Amino acid sequence: MAAFTGLFRRDLRLALRQGGDTGLVLGFFVLAVVLFPLGIGPEPAILQRIGAGIVWVAALLAALLSLDRLFEADYQDGGLELLALSSLPLELAVLAKCAAHWVATGLPLALISPFLALLLDLEPAAIPVLLVSLLLGTPALSLIGSVAAALTLGARRQGVVLSILVLPLYVPPLVFGAGSVEASAAGVGVRAYLLILAALTLAALAFCPWASAAALRQAIE
Amino acid sequence: MINWLANPARFMRLSGWALRWCAWAAVAVLAVGLYLSLVAAPPDYQQGESVRIMFIHVPAAWMALSVYLFIAVASAVALVWRHPLAEIAARAAAPIGAAFTFVCLATGSLWGRPMWGAWWVWDARLTSVLILLFLYLGYIALVNAFDDPSRGGRAGSVLALVGVVNLPIIKFSVDWWNTLHQPASVMRVGGPRIDISLLVPLLVMAAGFSLLFLTLLMLRMRTILNERKAMALRLNAGTAPAARSVRERAAPVHPAVP
Amino acid sequence: MGGIGAFLAMGGYAGFVWPAYGVAFVVLAGLAAHSAWRYRQSAVTLDRLQQAHGAKR
Repeated sequence: MAAFTGLFRRDLRLALRQGGDTGLVLGFFVLAVVLFPLGIGPEPAILQRIGAGIVWVAALLAALLSLDRLFEADYQDGGLELLALSSLPLELAVLAKCAAHWVATGLPLALISPFLALLLDLEPAAIPVLLVSLLLGTPALSLIGSVAAALTLGARRQGVVLSILVLPLYVPPLVFGAGSVEASAAGVGVRAYLLILAALTLAALAFCPWASAAALRQAIE
Repeated sequence: MINWLANPARFMRLSGWALRWCAWAAVAVLAVGLYLSLVAAPPDYQQGESVRIMFIHVPAAWMALSVYLFIAVASAVALVWRHPLAEIAARAAAPIGAAFTFVCLATGSLWGRPMWGAWWVWDARLTSVLILLFLYLGYIALVNAFDDPSRGGRAGSVLALVGVVNLPIIKFSVDWWNTLHQPASVMRVGGPRIDISLLVPLLVMAAGFSLLFLTLLMLRMRTILNERKAMALRLNAGTAPAARSVRERAAPVHPAVP
Repeated sequence: MGGIGAFLAMGGYAGFVWPAYGVAFVVLAGLAAHSAWRYRQSAVTLDRLQQAHGAKR
């Protein structure tokens, strides 16, 4: 347990200290969202209709940015081999890294989404739904992303291959996350969407650390 | 028998012979299938002649799913039993599966336009098959992204197994969600629900596609084995004969093993 | 002649049926051709390398 929290705190400190990860991701998130009204036109009715989708897609793309740094540093300096050999199971090590990644990127994304919702003129009732959907969905993004990051360690053009791999896998959280906000706008039951989203995150929690660890073992073989 | 086939040299000998036979069989069966599909099969009372697209679309869909399953099984064999040809088989099969998936989507779109009025709808079945195409393309991108081919093969194996969860989603998507795409008529509990005059061309085309898959699989596997041998020869080529034989006695190089 | 004409017209669906068969043929035949081409390339290259390797011995 001490090893787990130790690894979590170390990764979190690294991510926040460099300032790069969190600031970069948030900056990209805001810029991407702002681009849409500039490209589509500022008509409130249209923005309201597609706003949830815009925020979610931008969150996906922003989450992609920081993924290749998840294992890269440890892979380069040999820390990954040490992690694999340590008493902490590699699956738990992956989980600790994903947790740190989420706190440094996914959580801030979710927390500033209400302000972006205001930019896009979403209905007041939809804003808490957007926030909750992102809070429930972004852990899944970190977890699924860790699998792709582990698979592409040491690849040429890692960033591009990682994006190709991970975006199809991001489709279920996107569909249900953005769908929950659409449902609230339509007055239909939001709970079903959010419950499925939570189920996706829980399934990712169960499956992804194991898959990532398998991929990491192949990488350091 | 799988272990007996594991020897790459033996595989090269056998496949050289089997390849020709398989290729001709594929051409013959596909010719018969095309005749049945385009001429012999009756037009549907509702869909008219456009039902002939089904004889390409459905077998292509079956192949798209089966080839991915083949890749997943081969990947599992590669990871668990370290069979030397398994990773090569998976790598060789991927472009074939991607081609069948693309054909399935394109012919489906051409069938959907007159039937549903739309070139594309975002329903569960179409979307999950599109995701399958992206999985194929992602797999191909991943295995080719590494300078060391065995690293690429290992990463690809893990990816293939991770993506296998998409297959039941595709198969059952028409049951789980209200979709525009019609539910299963052939592969279902209780037997096929389709008229025999339409079933026979379907099965013949499916057999033809399968033979085509086997032919191209063997051809591509032979290509990869040749390329690996060539790479090994190139790596050895720079050294003098005496030094090379000393090195080879110390650590024999098997060019065909990945 | 009506037989061939009717066959080609496909009950009015010709614009969909023939492109469908066409796409399938182009993609699958293209894949086969590409695979055969790559195989020939690999066999020729390997042959050349093996000859050079044998000549050096």
